[in-house]
Formats: sequence, structure tokens, C-alpha cells
Amino acid sequence: MQMTSPVREPLVLRQIHDKNRKTTMHDVTNDICRQVEAAPNVRWLAALGISLIVLAYGSYTLYRTWFFGIGEWGLNKTVGWAWDITNFVWWVGIGHAGTLISAVLLLFRQKWRASINRSAEAMTIFAVLCAGSFILMHMGRPWLAHWALPLPNTYGSLWVNFNSPLVWDVFAISTYLTVSAVFWYVGLIPDLATIRERATNPISKFVYGILSFGWDGSTKTWARYEMVALVLAGLSTPLVLSVHTIVSFDFATSVIPGWHTTIFPPYFVAGAIFSGFAMVLTLMLITRYVFKLEPYITLTHIESMNKIILVTGSIVGIAYITEFFIAWYSGVPYEQYAFINRMFGPYWWAYWAMMSCNVISPQFFWFKAMRRNIYATFALSIVVNIGMWFERFVIIVTSLHRDYLPSSWVMFWPTYVDIGDYLFSFGFFFTCFFLFAKFLPVINMAEVKTILASSDEDASTYYAEEEKQSKESAH
Amino acid sequence: MEELNKVYWKGIEELTNDVEFVKHAEKEFPQDLPETKQGEENNRRDFLKLMGFSVAAASLVACEAPIKKAIPFLNKPENLDPSIPNYYASTYFEAGDYASVVVKTREGRPIKIEGNSLSTISKGKTSARAQASILNLYDGQRYQSFMQAKKPAKMQDVDKLIKDKLKAASNIRILSSTIISPSTKAIVKEFKETYPSTKHVTYDSLSQYGLTQAHKEGFGVEAVPSYDFSKAKVIVSFGCDFLGTWISPIEFSGQYAQMRKLNSKEHKEAKMSKHFQFEARMSMTGANADFRVPVKASQEITLLATLYSKLKGTDAKAKDANVEVALQKAAKELLEAKGESLVVSGSNDTNAQILVAAINNELGNYSATIDITTPLNTYQGNEKQVNDLIDDIKSGGVDAIIFYGVNPVYDHPRGEELKAALSKVGLKISFASQPDETTDLCDFVCSDNHYLESWGDAEPRKGYYSLTQPTITPIFSTRQAQESLLIWSGNDKPYYDYLRTFLSKDLFKKQTKYKGFDNFFTGILHDGVLVTSGAAAIVENDEVKKDDKEAKKEDKPVKKAGKFEGDAESAIVKVNEYKDGGLEVITYQKVSLGNGAYANNPWLQEMPDPITKACWANYASMSPKTAKEKGLSNGNVIKVTAGKTSFEVPVLLQPGQADNTVAVAVGYGRKISGKVGTNVGANVFPLAAKAYESGNISKTDKTDEVAQTQTHNTIMGRSIIQEASLPDYKAKPNAGRIYPHISSADGKSYKPYDVTLWKGYQYHNHSWGLVIDLNSCTGCSACTVACQIENNVPVVGKKEVLMRREMHWIRIDRYYSSPEGATSFSDLEKEAVNPEVTFMPMMCQHCNNAPCETVCPVLATTHSSEGLNQMAYNRCIGTRYCANNCPYKVRRFNWFHYAEDDRFTDVNYVQTSDLGKMVINPDVTVRSRGVMEKCSLCVQRIQAGKLQAKKDKRQVKDGEIKTACQQVCPTDAITFGDMNDMESKISKALGIAKEVKKGEHGHADETVYSMKEPRAYHVLEEINVKPQVSYLTKIRNNDKKLKADKGHGGHEGGH
Repeated sequence: MQMTSPVREPLVLRQIHDKNRKTTMHDVTNDICRQVEAAPNVRWLAALGISLIVLAYGSYTLYRTWFFGIGEWGLNKTVGWAWDITNFVWWVGIGHAGTLISAVLLLFRQKWRASINRSAEAMTIFAVLCAGSFILMHMGRPWLAHWALPLPNTYGSLWVNFNSPLVWDVFAISTYLTVSAVFWYVGLIPDLATIRERATNPISKFVYGILSFGWDGSTKTWARYEMVALVLAGLSTPLVLSVHTIVSFDFATSVIPGWHTTIFPPYFVAGAIFSGFAMVLTLMLITRYVFKLEPYITLTHIESMNKIILVTGSIVGIAYITEFFIAWYSGVPYEQYAFINRMFGPYWWAYWAMMSCNVISPQFFWFKAMRRNIYATFALSIVVNIGMWFERFVIIVTSLHRDYLPSSWVMFWPTYVDIGDYLFSFGFFFTCFFLFAKFLPVINMAEVKTILASSDEDASTYYAEEEKQSKESAH
Repeated sequence: MEELNKVYWKGIEELTNDVEFVKHAEKEFPQDLPETKQGEENNRRDFLKLMGFSVAAASLVACEAPIKKAIPFLNKPENLDPSIPNYYASTYFEAGDYASVVVKTREGRPIKIEGNSLSTISKGKTSARAQASILNLYDGQRYQSFMQAKKPAKMQDVDKLIKDKLKAASNIRILSSTIISPSTKAIVKEFKETYPSTKHVTYDSLSQYGLTQAHKEGFGVEAVPSYDFSKAKVIVSFGCDFLGTWISPIEFSGQYAQMRKLNSKEHKEAKMSKHFQFEARMSMTGANADFRVPVKASQEITLLATLYSKLKGTDAKAKDANVEVALQKAAKELLEAKGESLVVSGSNDTNAQILVAAINNELGNYSATIDITTPLNTYQGNEKQVNDLIDDIKSGGVDAIIFYGVNPVYDHPRGEELKAALSKVGLKISFASQPDETTDLCDFVCSDNHYLESWGDAEPRKGYYSLTQPTITPIFSTRQAQESLLIWSGNDKPYYDYLRTFLSKDLFKKQTKYKGFDNFFTGILHDGVLVTSGAAAIVENDEVKKDDKEAKKEDKPVKKAGKFEGDAESAIVKVNEYKDGGLEVITYQKVSLGNGAYANNPWLQEMPDPITKACWANYASMSPKTAKEKGLSNGNVIKVTAGKTSFEVPVLLQPGQADNTVAVAVGYGRKISGKVGTNVGANVFPLAAKAYESGNISKTDKTDEVAQTQTHNTIMGRSIIQEASLPDYKAKPNAGRIYPHISSADGKSYKPYDVTLWKGYQYHNHSWGLVIDLNSCTGCSACTVACQIENNVPVVGKKEVLMRREMHWIRIDRYYSSPEGATSFSDLEKEAVNPEVTFMPMMCQHCNNAPCETVCPVLATTHSSEGLNQMAYNRCIGTRYCANNCPYKVRRFNWFHYAEDDRFTDVNYVQTSDLGKMVINPDVTVRSRGVMEKCSLCVQRIQAGKLQAKKDKRQVKDGEIKTACQQVCPTDAITFGDMNDMESKISKALGIAKEVKKGEHGHADETVYSMKEPRAYHVLEEINVKPQVSYLTKIRNNDKKLKADKGHGGHEGGH
């Protein structure tokens, strides 16, 4: 019996304006360098402007937080973490897609990653920075943040507590940030060199010249580039699993009912990929529209990502149900109450928001039409991230607000500073992202060029034709 | 030799004998230095140099923290060593609340008040109010000098003016609060002799006039008798909050607790008093009762008649069936405990109190549990005379009035009338030390010293004396009221001399303990107390017993009470005139604030009410049923109209309150006080004259959330509080105990402490711990305030309490029982209609397997080698992870820089104002913003105790180190000690057993201590955090049978 693998859909389409014209390597360079080289357009300026306004407001509330103290938030004696750590975990989760796409998919030779990995990685780095900002923000005395690092000091044997999951976090997040940043930058070098070569402005030429580290495009350089990419991919792959596993330890190693759960590591990793992919989709769809990148970011890409969302969303759903089962099965009344309280307690709305956004909404992606519908995808990508934010809120706040001694049971309500500090992270994230989108190539030109021959629209059509013919001849 | 005569030249010029050189040869410097030039201006270079130096120096200085004045002693006073505290005995007395105290001073400033253990009345205990009274000394809003027409004035000028005016006056009145100082009374007498038109009226804002009048009629003694709850096996109380606010709560709490502790060696012989409480609102005393029956305020009084009739054998019945059952039972128990029972009523109605006296007389309680021969002097107020005085003032019959320790414009029910009439009085003088509603209308304020700046004597009970001595020189230009009166009477003797002379004539003569007056004076100053031969022999303190043996020998006190001659029958008729008032509005005192004189004391304002856990305002408490009928819920502001007055307060639902009653606390609604106390709540004193007033309530569209430190009321069926009834306990000493177990994969079940990953600790020296007897704790919350003072815990104000951020290191958790038979979570969340109440002091449990310690990233919280969980504040970076992971939620975070943030200057003046800072305990760090804090088991006291022991080259003695909460506790519910010391109180209370496990494989031997007392348990044993703090089960003396196994399949029975 003869098996033929189905012909894959093209990963690079023909040109937008001329549907008959094949996208050439030169087109790739032109299309992607266009926004870097051209003067900023109005849409971009407006987007950046809004981001900066949000950032400015956030900076004001951040100033209040740091100047007056954490009391500016709505926290209290019982709920010591709420929006701060919710936002932290949420951003770290979002930061997961980048590494997954750049490292794991590279190792698995998933060519469709080529046109999305650059911005996904950029997003990762910005998201991790946002997460980091909440680590600093949530500290009572942020000016002493360096104490969480095992730095040599003059205080005798004063050291960090290696038992503390927060110290593990420090290592996990900083490693992740470093590796992601290096990986991203290494991938940027050939493209920076391309821009350097095309630059007409001496300043641009100088700056991109410095940034491209003297890339000369020789075979030797390319060979080294490939090797470094592979090594870094190998290094970052375990990080995809480790970072959120360690973040989940913050909760899993505690004694609080609703936190003390062994299922957390896989459940958190799945949730992180889930939200990360949703955020990549949100951003990619905007970039695709704004920068007219339809030939490079195709429905095929979108569908692939939606499949991952469906899978991880369902894993998360199973994790929710398992948690409940275990709470009942454990026979521990505190645990049982914690979960009943999640569903029907005063924060029921947060729980059901989480359930409907994270478990029910991705189920639409069982339908191919939905997976390939840009509007539905865009809407759902936002819904998923709302849901994932609520997931962390539910885990953190509903577990804390009613734990062991009912005398200390409280409610948590955010203040405007809580909200403002969250907005700060949005302002920061989008400002960074828009600056990135303007000054750096949003798609990895070099890698896209490598798949043109095998996966562009013409190649796919050609292979399809060939297959058709071979089938006919077989009959 | 030549070599020895070497000559060194200064230079070639000397060798050549240069003319210029020879001119200046003797000078060290041949040229004048710029500075030394006489009469010459400094040149530009010098100016620049100096300026440069000054700027550099100034900027260097500016880099340092601001330098606050610290003046060393040039001549160090004797017995005053920096960092070593001195203690002085003194007397606290305020609005009927008496305690003999010991004042701790550091570097010459009083910083803490402790009870005087030599006192036979307060027995070394204090109340929250006595604790907090020290802060009034450092209240920046005190009068800082004499005032004339609201402007500061010189003492001499004021004296002269007042003297002249007094001479001209023909109707002088002194309106004072109860004076328990014999010398002050003598001074008042002297004043009266100088100004014969003077009349002295005693006014207590919350008086015991009914009680004193009843005893006047019944026994011919117009006084409040002494009570002894420690001899009462059956206590029946009608709306009487004797543990919280009634007459002498510190004393009564101690006595009461003696009958509640299960001290007998054999559990089968355990004895407890039985306590019935019939009351409208839920009082702290009611919360401790074995049988608590909600009745309306009118019934609190009329039921007395029913009980009296029952005891007499007639078949009078209470209308309500439930009440009847309880009353019947109470009557039966009373009759079985004749001479060993006590019936008390909180009513201020003379007829009601005559009935109570008749009942107690009937039961033979006079001369047994009640002593009228050595009455208390703490309530001498005469309501009739006060009312007459107000009438006199209204009719213009008074032309000079002196207010001494009173604020009638605020706290008299006719305050408004008085306020209007006072303009008719030509000369109005007040001795108040803080601005209040009355001083606002006065011509002169001759501000009195704080009692810690004063001399004085006191006789709180006949024959029981104590002394007041200054512990600091007056901070402001104030003068003791006694001295002012003396000066105005033309006696220029300082009060100190007067007091000595007075004592030498009076008390010195009455006693035999000391020979020679100087011996006597220093002796009683040192001890603080003295019991003379005139006193009754209700003396239990061994030390005093020994000391006063001679004193008592001479004149054995007559303890037989006179014959009761009260007319009970006509009292019944009068009492039965109290008809059901429909919606009855009642007033009560708060345990924290009392009559509101201390309204400007932020510690008291922030002290949560023992029952409602509310602070920073008064509110209308009502039963959930009444609220539902009126369509009200927590925080709705209602307008209460009763009698001639109306006011607006928020609603607070109070389970267990009698339906159709609304209770509002007095002591709030001060219009003129300091920044803390002004306009907090509403003033309901206009209603305080009557037991209740029929009223109306109407909902307004306003809401005002009541700041509560606890908002979830029930225990959710959890085994946090383990309780049983006395019969159950007698049958089984571990009754009520719940033993959690962990099921393991091998099908067996284990005790939580046997399944562990932790290595545990070996404490080779000490193992500090606390044991808390839930049976003794009455919930009074004095520990909360004592701890706050000892450990410099900030006050955060109403807004922050509403944010649930109070900082108290020790809190009293108060739980209401859920309805009988509730099992589902939603039912368990509801309170029973008349719930049983439990109090649980909760502070850091000092876990051995501390969840907080493992999670701190920077090791700011660690374990000590003596079992303490300790905080290194300056290492904390404030991640709050420890607080989240604390199963007891006892960690407190510094959300703001309370000591420096401008927003807290009003409420937290203790830490923000220079004056307030004087009360800060220098042994405890004031925490900065962003760090975590919590109970340290008073580690500074442990260190001090250990240091003393080390200096004496001995082991620390048990009882030598006391935590602040333990020291203040009127019921000795908290015991601190070393659990490694087998002889310590705590080891005995917990039944600690020591066992040495032989080390195997060359390991050292391991000493294992285990808890054998059947009542002792750890809260949340199931999570294996192994606290150093243990609790003893709560045992109620009611007939309830133990509920079937509750919680998670816990099995009872020994293990």
C-alpha cells in the first residue's frame, strides 16, 4: 500500500496587490523592511500615543505604590496577594508562547513558525519584563529587591533562602528572560544586516551596523548561526516547562487550601501556553492588518495556533475538573470548602468567568470554519486571556480570602491603584511592542526566505497538481 | 663630644644670618598666618576656603539623619540608668474603674502600666482602659497651660482672679466625679470652710445610684457593696455586664475566672460556677454565660419580680415559655446554692436593686458573696443632687461652679439643658486636662495634671488604701486640682506636704504595719497599697496576708451584714410598672470606651468590641430578625427617635439580641475632644437616664459601614475551638477533643504529627510557649491593648480597619454557634438565633514547622533555638508570602509608613508626634513601611529575663518572664513559660512528659517532650505545623450533651 502525506497548505501566499505574482525573496525583504525604513504612519503613531498615555497613567499609580506603600492597593491582612501576583503569573504565562514557538517548534521542524517566531519572541520578552515589574511592585521595600539574589555581601553569612519558591522564581524568571532575549537577538542578526545593507540614512546604517555585529552573510557565518540557534533552542526547551512549573510552586508548596495542589505544574504550563498563544494571535492579527502581512501570516498559521489553543484549553479544563475531584476525594474539609467557595462563594462570578472563557470558549475551535475565521479568532484570543487572568485571580484570591480560621475571612476589592498598576504593564508592553514593530523586522526575513521554495503558494499548487495527476494515473 | 653638639639649621638663611631671618627668628612661622593677622579682614581666598569648608561640612551633616536633641545627664540621678526601667507604684482611677498599678519608666518617662500584684483588689491586673490611660499623658491636645476665656493664661493671674470672684460669689458649687481620695475630700472640706456657700455634688456619668439607694433603704448604708464572684456557685445576672463594665470589672473578672477554671486534679470532681444571663443585648458577660436568655430591657427588670416570687415559693411565671424554663432552672439552682450564689442586675433603678438585694438577702448571700460592711467607694454619685444642681443653675441660683473630673454638658442626660443654663453662672471653672464640651463653656480651665504626674491617695474600698505618686514632672504648665483648691482656700502649702501631713494624721494612725511616719510613707509608696484593720478579710493574696497579720489581729472586721429592711413588696409593684416598650432603645457602655472620657485615646478607639468586633464608632445593634422586619442590613444608617432625642447611626446585626430592641453605646459623639475623638459616632447620653426608651427607627438613604475586625461570625464546623459541657468533661477528660488523622496509602491512619517531612527542632535550653485556657478567657481584649503598647503596634484609623488592615498582634476571635444541626456549608455560615459564643485569643503560634519560615526568600523570618518564630524586620523585603502562607493569619504588614505618613498623624499620634513618641517602648523597633510583623512572644522581655538570670548566675525562674498579654489578663487565661522546665506552670498545665530516646547508630540522644493533658490541643493540628502555643478546651457548665462526632471523622477517646 502506498501512503502519501497530504499536501500542506502554503505558508507564504502570493502578493496582495497582484494575486498572480509569486512572492519572491526580494518581495519578502521589501514587505518586511518597509515599515522599518518608511516614515512612521499615522496608525502607528496613534497606537504608540495611546500606549504612552496608558503608560503615563500607570506610571502615576506606580509612583503612588512606590512612594506611599502597598497600602495603595486593596490588599489586607488576609489577602496578601491579589492583582499583583495575578498579573505577574498572567504575564509570565503570556511569555510562554515565544519560547515554545522559537525553540520547541524549531526542534520539531515546524516550518510554519518562521513567520511568527520573531514577534512571538519579542512579545515574550516584553511580557516577562511586565511580569518582572510586578515582582518589583509587589515588594514592600522594592529598593531592597537585590536581597532576593544570592549576592556576596558584607553582612556575614547573610544568604537567600533556597527553600523559598520565590527564590526559585528569581532564578527561573531571570534565566528565562536572559535566554529568550539572547535567542531573539541572535535570530535578529541576519535581518539587521539586511536592513544595514539597505539603509540609505547614515545614522541607520551606523546603528543597524553596530546591532548586526558585523554579519557578513558568508556560509561560515550561516553555519554558525544555525548551530547557535539549535543550541539555544535546546537550552530553552526545558525552560518552556520549567518556568511556569516553578511559578506554580509558589502556590503548590504552600499550606493554603486551593494552593496546595500537586497538579499545578502541568496545569500551569498548559495554561501558560494557552494564554501565550492567545496573546500571540491577538498581536499577530493586529500586525498582519496594520502592516499588510497577509502573504506571510496566513490562515494556515492561524489555524495551527488555534489547534494548540484548543488542546491546551482542554487540558486546562480537565485540570479544573481534576482539582475538584481531588478536593472531594481527599476528604479534607478545608480543601472541600475552598472549592465549593470558588464556585458558589462571594467570588462565584470570577470562577464562572474563568470557566466560560477558558473551558467553554475554546471548544468553538473544534470547527474548522471557526479556526479559520479571523474575527472569531481575534475575539476568542482576547476572551482566552481574560479567562486566564481570572484563573489566576480565582486561584490566588478565592483561596486566600477564606482559608483556615473563619475569623480572618475577608473580601478583597481592588483600588484604582491596583487597576492603574495593571494598566502600567499594558502601557509598557504595547509601547515596547510598537517600538519593536517600527524599528525591527517583525518577521524573520531570513527564515521565511528559506521556506519560499518548498512552501509558498506556487509550490503548494504545484505539488497539489502533481498529486492529482499521480492519483489519476493510478486509477 | 663634638658630635653631640650638632646644630641643625632651619635653612640656609640661618647659616648666613640673613637680616630678614633674624627678625623673625623666635617665631615658629616666619610669616603671619592669615587667621592670626590682627585687625585685618579675611581676604577673598580665605572666605572661599571657609565657605567651601562650611558647604562641605553642611552637606556632610545633611547626609546624616536629622539630629534630635539628646541631652546627657551631667549629674546622673541615682537609680536611673539608661535602658534600665524603673517601676513605681501608683493608682489608676477613672469613672469607677480602679486598679492599683505599677508604672514602668524608662529614662525618666513612663512607658507602660502594669498591675500591682500586691493589690488585693485588682490583684496585679489591669483593664484595657487602665493600660491605655498612659497615652493621655502624651496627648498633644491636652491643655498645656491654664486657660482664661479659651486663651492661655498665667497661673498666678488666674488664681488671683478666681480668688476674687469666689470671694464675691454667694452660691458656689463643686461638681465632681466620685472622689476616692480621702485627702482630696479633706481639701474640699477646707475649701468649703473658706467659702461657706459651697456645696459639693458628686456626679458619676454612669452612676450606680439605684444600687446605692437600694442599699441605703435596705441596709442603711448608702454605698455599693463589695461582691465576691469567686464564692458564687450560681450567678444569675439580669442585664449586668459585670465582666465588662459593671462597677469593678477587673476584680470581678478575676473572681469569676476562679470559678471557671478546671483546676481539680481529678476531672470527675471538676467544679464550675453556673452562670445564667437574662439580657437584651449581647454583652460580653452574656457571651460567657452558660445559659443566656435574650429578654427585652423591660423584662430584665420585671423578671426580677418573677424570680423573687419564685424564690418565695409562689408560682409567678414569665410570659415567654423559653424564658420561664430558664428562670425556673435558675431559681432551682439558686435555692440549691444558698449563700453561695449571686444575683446581680445592671439596672440603675432603685426598686429593681431593692428587689435584687431582697433576693440576695433571701438567698443568704449578704455576708457570703456580698459584703456591705466594706463597701466600695468608687461610685458615690448622687443623681438627685445633680438634677437639683441643674435646676438651681437654670433658676439662676448658682453663681460659681467648679467642674472637677466631670463633663456633664456631654454626658449628663440633661446636658443640653445644662449647656443652655450655664451662661447664667458667673464663674465657671473646670479642672479638665483635655478640652471637652464643658470646658468649652468655662471661663477658666485650671488644667489638672495627668495622674502619672500627680500625688494622691485613694480608698477605693473601705479600709483599702493605695497611693498615687508622680512618675514624671508635669510635662506642661498644669497643676493638680488639689493644689488649686488649696491655693484658693488660702492654703499655700504644696499638696505633697498637705498629703504627708494628712496621711500622718489619718492613715498612719489607722495602721500598725509601719513604725515611724517616714517608714510608713516610703513603705506604702513602694508597695502602692495598704489594707488597714478596718478592712474586711477578703484578702487572698498571700503576701498581703502575711504583711497584714498584725493589722488584722487587732480588730477583726465585722462581716455580718445588717438586717435587710427593704420593702420588696412595694418594689415589686413599682418594678411591674415597667411595661413592654415596643421597640426598646437601650444604651450601654462599651468595654473599650466606657463613658467617653477617653474618646481621644486612639488605642481604645481602635480596640475591637469583644462581641461585635467593631471599633471607631457606635452603631445600633439589633437582632437579625428585627432588622429584617424593618428592611435593614449592616451599614444602613437609621434615624433613631426615642424620648426627646433623635440621632443617626449605622445598623449592625447582632445575633442573640432580644428582638425589638435597639442598643447603642454611650461614649461616642463627642463634639469637642481631640482630633481622634471628635465626631466619632453619635451621643446617646440623653437616653442613658432610663433603662430603655420606646422609640422609632427609620431608614435613611445613607450608608456608613461599621469598621469591624472580624466579619465572618461562625466557625464553619471546624475543630478550631474544641468544646464540651461539664458533665461530658466529668465523664471523659478529653471530651470535645477532636483528633484528626491522615489516611495513608497503606490503608492505615496516622496522627498528623507522625507523617512528616520535617526534621523538627531540639531545644536544648528553653522551649518557650503559651497555653491559653479557653475556659478562662472572657474576651475583654485588654491583652490586645497591652500588646499594642508593649510592642509599639501602630494605630491605623477607621478607614484602614475597614480595609481590614488593623495591626494588632493579638486578637480575640469571637465565634457564634451555627443553628443546631447545621451541616451544609451554607447553613454553617449562618449564626444561631441565640448563639453560644466562644472567644479565642489568637496570636503567632510559633510553629515548629512554620509555613512562613520556608517561604521567605530572604530568611527574614527564622526559627530561634528556643522555639520562637522570629522576625528580622530590617531583612524583610515585604513579599507578604509568609502572611499568605500563615494558616492562622496572624502576620501583619506595614502597608504604609504609619510612623511617618502624614495621613496617619491624627490617629497614630503615638508614633508621629514628638510628644506621643515618648510612650514608645525603646526595647522594640518601630517598624518601617513594607515590612511584616507579628507577635514575638515579647522577645524583649524574654531577653531581659534571661539577662537578669545570667547576671545572677542562675536559670530563669518560672513566672519571672511574663508576656504583656499574660500580665494584663484579668482572668489568667494566658500562661507563658518554658516547656522544657518540667516544674513550670505551662508544663503542668499541658501535662508535659519528658522522654529520652536513645540515639541509634552513634546519633546523640534525643529528648522528646509530649503533651499529656487531655484538654490541651493545638489549633489546626491536621496541617502539622506543630505550634508552641496550645489551647485548653472550652467547657460550658450547661447540660448539653456532646454533639456526635463532628469535623472530619475525628474519633474521640485517648490515643
